Amino acid sequence: MGDYLIPLTGGLLIGLSAAALLLTQGRIAGIAGILYGAISGQADNLWRWLFLAGLLIGPILYHSLSGAPMPAASNLSFAYAIAGGLLVGIGTRIGSGCTSGHGVCGIGRRSVRSLVATCTFMATGITTVFVIRHLLGGV
Amino acid sequence: MKNLAALLCGLVFGVGLAASGMTDTAKVLGFLDIAGDWVPDLAFVMGGAVLVTLLTFPLILKRTRPLFAEQFHVPTITLIDKRLIGGAAVFGIGWGIYGYCPGPALSALVYLQPNTFIFVGSMLAGILLAAKIRPAS
Repeated sequence: MGDYLIPLTGGLLIGLSAAALLLTQGRIAGIAGILYGAISGQADNLWRWLFLAGLLIGPILYHSLSGAPMPAASNLSFAYAIAGGLLVGIGTRIGSGCTSGHGVCGIGRRSVRSLVATCTFMATGITTVFVIRHLLGGV
Repeated sequence: MKNLAALLCGLVFGVGLAASGMTDTAKVLGFLDIAGDWVPDLAFVMGGAVLVTLLTFPLILKRTRPLFAEQFHVPTITLIDKRLIGGAAVFGIGWGIYGYCPGPALSALVYLQPNTFIFVGSMLAGILLAAKIRPAS
């Protein structure tokens, strides 16, 4: 169980952040949505850029204070990074949300729509890894 | 106060992502690899996060307004259609290919690993492309 205390704590912090954003700004902490709002120049945009800045400062703070090493770089080639990034961008925009927007916040709102989206991307994520690793014998 | 709160919310979210292992693509892909050497950690991340939102969101949304804004901006759409399922399905495939969803990809930029910049650049291109060819109605 001890091994799971840190991931659990990380999850609780993510949930607390989402709750605090809703309480203070009245906004949903969906990163894909916040990112799209920021780059498409929507009105009342300062909170989005500040939230995104915090998202970058957070890991620096965590690794420097905890002493936990930064994760090793992915051993996947840049072709995986391009394909993965493109599909994540297209999918989250068309499906109106990502792990945080649909998963963490949508389920918190008891939204069936978000629950369906979450089950869908979990299923295709698991299937994709299965196909790449076990059927195609990839890395 | 409103702006400081937004920055702190992002910061706590970023700490949570880094602490939880979501910024480590090997861990994320290990979690999605249920037929391989399964890494269950991230189930606790999702579980912990959803536990907090399930308990706090209903209480917060009972308020007439947020602390530092005029009104709540919460999605009202309940439609489950091809757009939702198709988009989520495509997102999951991209997640499974590389191991980043949007939040962790942005947070991981500070590790200064070249592939992360390629991923985030491609993700931004994907977002803008989708917004152009399939704009939300």
